[in-house]
Amino acid sequence: MIAQLPALVVVVPLLAAPLCVVLRNGTLAWLLAVATSWAALAMAIVLTGQVLANGPISYAMGGWLPPWGIEYTIDAFNVLILLIVSGSAAAILPFARHSVADEIAPEQHARFYSAFLLILTGLLGMAATGDVFNLFVFIEISSIATYAAIALGRDRRALTAAFNYLVLGTVGATFYLIGVGLLYAVTGTLNTADLAARIAPLLETRTVVVGFAFISVGLLLKVALFPLHQWLPNAYTYAPSVITTFLAATATKVALYSLLRVAFAVFGAGYVLQRLPTEAVLLALAGVAILVASTTAIFQKDLKRLLAWSSLAQIATILLGVGIGNAQGLAGALLHMFNHALTKGALFMAAAAFALRLGGTSFERLQGAGRRMPWTSAALAMAGLSLVGVPLTAGFVSKWTIVLAALERDWWPVAGFVLVTSLLTLAYVIRVVEVLYFRPPTADTPAREAPFSMLWPLWLMVAGTVYFGIDSSLPMRLATQAAALLRGTAP
Amino acid sequence: MTGPEIWLAASLAIPLAGALMIALSGDWPNFRDAISLLSASGLFAANVMLLLSTDHAGTLALVPFLPGAPLVLKIEPLGLMFGLLASGLWIVTTLYSIGYMRANNEANQTRFFACFALALASTMGVAHGGNLITLFVFYEALSLTTYPLVTHHGTPEARRAGRLYLGLLVGASIALFLFALLWTWAVAGTLDFRSGGILADKASAGVLSVLLLLFVFGVAKAAVMPLHRWLPAAMVAPAPVSALLHAVAVVKAGVFTLLKIAVYIFGLDLLATLDARDIVLAMTGFTILAASIVALREDNLKRRLAYSTVSQLSYIVMATIVASPFAVAGAGAHLVSHAFGKITLFFCAGAIYTATHKEKVSELNGLGQRMPWTMGAFALGSLAVIGLPPTAGFLSKWTMFQGAIAAGDYALPIVLGLGTLLGAGYLLPVIYRAFFLPPARSGLAAADEAPLPMRVALLVTAAGGIVLFLMPDLLTVLPLEAIRGRP
Repeated sequence: MIAQLPALVVVVPLLAAPLCVVLRNGTLAWLLAVATSWAALAMAIVLTGQVLANGPISYAMGGWLPPWGIEYTIDAFNVLILLIVSGSAAAILPFARHSVADEIAPEQHARFYSAFLLILTGLLGMAATGDVFNLFVFIEISSIATYAAIALGRDRRALTAAFNYLVLGTVGATFYLIGVGLLYAVTGTLNTADLAARIAPLLETRTVVVGFAFISVGLLLKVALFPLHQWLPNAYTYAPSVITTFLAATATKVALYSLLRVAFAVFGAGYVLQRLPTEAVLLALAGVAILVASTTAIFQKDLKRLLAWSSLAQIATILLGVGIGNAQGLAGALLHMFNHALTKGALFMAAAAFALRLGGTSFERLQGAGRRMPWTSAALAMAGLSLVGVPLTAGFVSKWTIVLAALERDWWPVAGFVLVTSLLTLAYVIRVVEVLYFRPPTADTPAREAPFSMLWPLWLMVAGTVYFGIDSSLPMRLATQAAALLRGTAP
Repeated sequence: MTGPEIWLAASLAIPLAGALMIALSGDWPNFRDAISLLSASGLFAANVMLLLSTDHAGTLALVPFLPGAPLVLKIEPLGLMFGLLASGLWIVTTLYSIGYMRANNEANQTRFFACFALALASTMGVAHGGNLITLFVFYEALSLTTYPLVTHHGTPEARRAGRLYLGLLVGASIALFLFALLWTWAVAGTLDFRSGGILADKASAGVLSVLLLLFVFGVAKAAVMPLHRWLPAAMVAPAPVSALLHAVAVVKAGVFTLLKIAVYIFGLDLLATLDARDIVLAMTGFTILAASIVALREDNLKRRLAYSTVSQLSYIVMATIVASPFAVAGAGAHLVSHAFGKITLFFCAGAIYTATHKEKVSELNGLGQRMPWTMGAFALGSLAVIGLPPTAGFLSKWTMFQGAIAAGDYALPIVLGLGTLLGAGYLLPVIYRAFFLPPARSGLAAADEAPLPMRVALLVTAAGGIVLFLMPDLLTVLPLEAIRGRP
């Protein structure tokens, strides 16, 4: 049983998804989804324990040995992502019920939870597989379910947002597939480890370089790095709040995981970072993205949209960590993935709670909510501190690591840049806090705190940002190990 | 845990527990205020116990935090001085606050007292922080916990002040202070406070100069121009908050942080060799004179006092940067003596406001006859801030003066002389108006003294300035111990 976990963690949600539709009843579907996500989290935790104790696990799907069959490999990096994805789902699904009941027509509930579980399946699959084509399959599973879920948003603009994402997402996935096809043409294999071995002598051929370009651009589209970010702000703003929360916490990070995995495991750190101008490109793009996205966030008048732009800036911070190019920078980037998932998850959960009680997340509706919804507002303020990177929150730890990495290379302007741009984050967080606490409420907003079923997952996430801000040893250990694995310097 | 470690833990636990109990007892104001007083007294007792511990040594690990950078508390002479000062003044400030908040029917008193206790917990973390990262963490916590106090009234003006307060303090601390801290960590490999510093031979003189500038301006709580604007803006807060900001905790945490950095991160010997000293000396000198001139022209009493604080803080920074043992000891002494003087002045300003609702200097004519105790204390507080005997302010300025002369540094003595004249220029007219000009026809007739708790508080702090003058060793013994080791 335990030996089958790498497959089960993907298969269980995959089987539960159609079951949700069969159940038809929204409540039963919700219960099944919650149970599934908790089972996935439990499996991810067991896998983490095994990896930390015994090192990487290799699993041959259906008993077909690699490189002919599909191989699932689980190492420190995989479990970090599996933990982020299944943990977010396990916290968001219990939270989802009231929000979904409010935002989505009753007859759609079962299908909504089915779509949610398919997204979960896709993301977990992307995180677990060791096969570049299988990865494409899971990208498509999660993407198509995501398009459907976004389109369920109650604002009609959700339809155009979903369509927009569908077009760009498909372009991204197709680019990835073209890249994989080119690699397959020269190597004849799709297994990651096997590819790495066979590609080494071919690295200088044009086919491989072009393949790498297609793969990176395709996946960066899913990552939403500036200037490939067009789809994200609308998708996050108009999607059902629960979907936004889940996507913000996980989707872009898993896409980035896939990119890092393919780039480092197949092409190798030396090739990607030194042979190609990756560092310069990443630093430049990430720098511009941080500036543009943070500045845009300051001028938003809707909480969800503000958080969407903030996500773009934070994703860019993660890529900046990668672009710094040393082990510490990569570890900081991976750590920031984990910490930002927690932080942004909490922030979007608070936004969902506001949307439920105040009928929307525009600043007009949010005015004076600090007194009417004190627990939600306080949670938002605390998660906001983590976003800024105030000490004793998770955001501080990852920023600390990234800045130290820049200083290790004597790139003090980069270090200064990261710190100075946190001031932009501070600016928009202060703006939200002022709206919540220091502006009088508009007359017609009802005055009720969000239901307990939303508050406890929200505060669980907030508690997580504080806990991992004070004792960062677990994510730090996983991130450092994963960075070493990726750079091929693991013991 | 041994004895001193228990008291270290208590210095964090008492105000934290106090804050929690205050928050829970909001429905019973008398009980709540009793808890405030009790926490303050308990905290002072804990700091006295630390002072009495035999060898001033003891470390308490809090949490592992980051690899190689744990959060720890440590007993250390400068921290003892600051801890005693802040916790002692918390007692009188609490007494005063109870009178002030009740007499002015302020709203949200529970939030006020709870945040006050949290601010004191943060201050204790700053005072007893065993390495720079611990100090930094609590420094940030202090900014955040005092933010609700600054915006207490919730008016648009208070909100603007709050934005400036948080924006400047947190902004500078993240962009400059944290940057310097990380850089220090990168070159020195440690953030421990060690006598003699940790940076010697670790980096080039240029890097060290940049670090010094980042520290001096990043610690915006020390209010060296141009990062001083938050302090006058924060004057919209109630008078006890001004006392907290100017005397008990906030600005004192700023100059204290710079003292610690000078003594334990750079080390005085290294600091004395840095080129960037001249820039800091020039900026602080400019701050002293410019802020004093602004204070001269300011009619609003609390704003005049705020600019006076800006200039007084720069004396402390300047003397720290001069980096001779006596100048630094004088800086520590001035930290204490200015706290006593300035808290008295703010207590008086609040008492005048409570009794008469006057806020402008030009409205205070003849007030000495109506409020003799308050204005008497104001006169003593003014002497302390100007630096005249028989107050502690004279001693601390004298020590800084001597220390600078001994080090062959003449900028500080000249600025000190000019600043003292300017100080007399903006404070003595207030006393002159109160005691020697006839009252205006209207307005002051109904005025009487402020409530008793407020009067007791301001007389205690005014007397404190004189007691320290009579026992001068108290001012310098701990800073000298920090510089030279335990005698």
